[in-house]
Amino acid sequence: MIPSLPRSGIQRCATAGWVGAFFVFLFVPLVIVAVFAFNDANYPAPPWRGFTLDWFVGSGAKGRTGLFADAPLMKSIATSVLVAFWVTLLSVAVGTANAFLLERARFRGKAAISLMMLAPLVIPGVILGISILAFASRLAQFADDLWGLDLDFLRPGLPLVVAGQFSYIVSIATLTIAARLKRFDTTLEEAAFNLGASRAAALRTVTLPYLKPALIGAAAISFLMSFENFNTTLMLVGSDPPLTIMMYGRMREGASPVLNAVSLFLMVASAVIALALLRRER
Amino acid sequence: MVSAAADPLASRARLALLLLLAPAAVWLVGLIVLPHVELAVLSLRARVAPRVYEWSLAQYRTFVDEPLYWRTFVRTATMSILATACTLLIAFPVAWYIAKIAHGRAKSLLFVLCLIPFWVSETVRTLGWMILLRESGVLPHLLVALGITAEPVEMLYHDATILVGLVYTSMLFMVVPLVSTLESLDDSLIEAAYDLGGNGWSILRQIVVPHAAPGIAAGSIVVFMLTLGNYLTPTLLGGKNSLWFTEQIYTQFITRFNWEQGAAFGFLLLILSTAIVWAGLKVTGQRFGDVMRRS
Repeated sequence: MIPSLPRSGIQRCATAGWVGAFFVFLFVPLVIVAVFAFNDANYPAPPWRGFTLDWFVGSGAKGRTGLFADAPLMKSIATSVLVAFWVTLLSVAVGTANAFLLERARFRGKAAISLMMLAPLVIPGVILGISILAFASRLAQFADDLWGLDLDFLRPGLPLVVAGQFSYIVSIATLTIAARLKRFDTTLEEAAFNLGASRAAALRTVTLPYLKPALIGAAAISFLMSFENFNTTLMLVGSDPPLTIMMYGRMREGASPVLNAVSLFLMVASAVIALALLRRER
Repeated sequence: MVSAAADPLASRARLALLLLLAPAAVWLVGLIVLPHVELAVLSLRARVAPRVYEWSLAQYRTFVDEPLYWRTFVRTATMSILATACTLLIAFPVAWYIAKIAHGRAKSLLFVLCLIPFWVSETVRTLGWMILLRESGVLPHLLVALGITAEPVEMLYHDATILVGLVYTSMLFMVVPLVSTLESLDDSLIEAAYDLGGNGWSILRQIVVPHAAPGIAAGSIVVFMLTLGNYLTPTLLGGKNSLWFTEQIYTQFITRFNWEQGAAFGFLLLILSTAIVWAGLKVTGQRFGDVMRRS
């Protein structure tokens, strides 16, 4: 069972075989997607007809619009990045405030609030989406009836998408930052006060630099999670679809290898961000 | 002197507390509590005339009366439990290998390899499975080339396909808690059990599984919740036969604009999800906060 105990040859082979098969299972779909991004055919299906970069740089000549020439697709990538940026900014900011609240403040009902902060993680994304949609609609109705205001940001669209994604991503950011803040040695802060620093200065020069790895980690996780979110976004999206929604729409109509090209692009981008993050932790 | 100075300090501290509390309050109340209250209110409404509503349990009654809805519900729940069980069985040996048998660089490499498929979006992973399994896809082509089948067989749009897709998507969330709890199991306990005459199975049953129970609970709860609330994988891999409950919610809410019905379904899904998570926690004796922090 473990290396320090005798293991029969069969056991070793079986374990290694299972683990090997597992990783094949894990990577085959991704490799397939990557490979067919370069296939010289109009559909992402075998047989292999030759290598081509058409699906990346094609200009629409042979009826093949490559990724970089496909304006709606590029626009949806930009929309995704914009939404992810705002979600990340809000999540890290509010997450830091929450972390300080959980680790430093003392007040009645703190245990209840801390449990409630974990609630969005158990609520299915679809439910988060429809609940925010319904509530925003009620608020918009209210504003219209009471003051005759037509509040556009309460209709399905990017502000609501940001709100929906934020509502659960901030929980994750809070957990990440609070875990780091918990291990902070408060005597360092007290030393700063003793040396004459104000609260703000101590925070700025002692605590926040300590939190920096967690802040960057939380930002990276928030960005990635926002970028790939589907369920909540699906319910809240208006006329500007982010990338996941656009891909879904196209996949239902009939996949074209442009989607493979986008996927490969996403894989490389996520790998770069995640590996940079891992390297930082070394 | 002291009491005069204490007051502004206390009120400043109170102000600081309120400022810290404000974002959390706005988030929790405005984005979680009130929206769910709104959902509950919607689900208890029925439309009697244009713009005229009254309180009623009609939405829930439709759910009970119409066999399609509650059959879909039960089907979603059972397939989610099945997917969770499969994920656990597949992930356990792998987690064991990473935690106990692999060492040093191989271990961190294997762990990172487990994470990589989950950095890309679910749409990409599902696209991969679609290309692999559909009639014109890679696997049927391979089977024909190997002579196992005469013509390409349509492998999508079966229940098994949905199951494979769900297990694939949930794998990370089972492996990570398992690896972390198995790593904390002291090797010498296993060695001692072996010396006392135990064999693989008895050690597994009496030592490993009880020790790994928190990880198993955490992983299972997260995987179950994810599969229950999944929309993309069942819809794309299962096609029109998918009959997944989240799809029903989407249909009612977005396609048919029947918000009352959609809200009722949403609440039912939420209640089911919460009930099974709570039952799972109770059965294994875990506490919610600990489980969430662990994953």
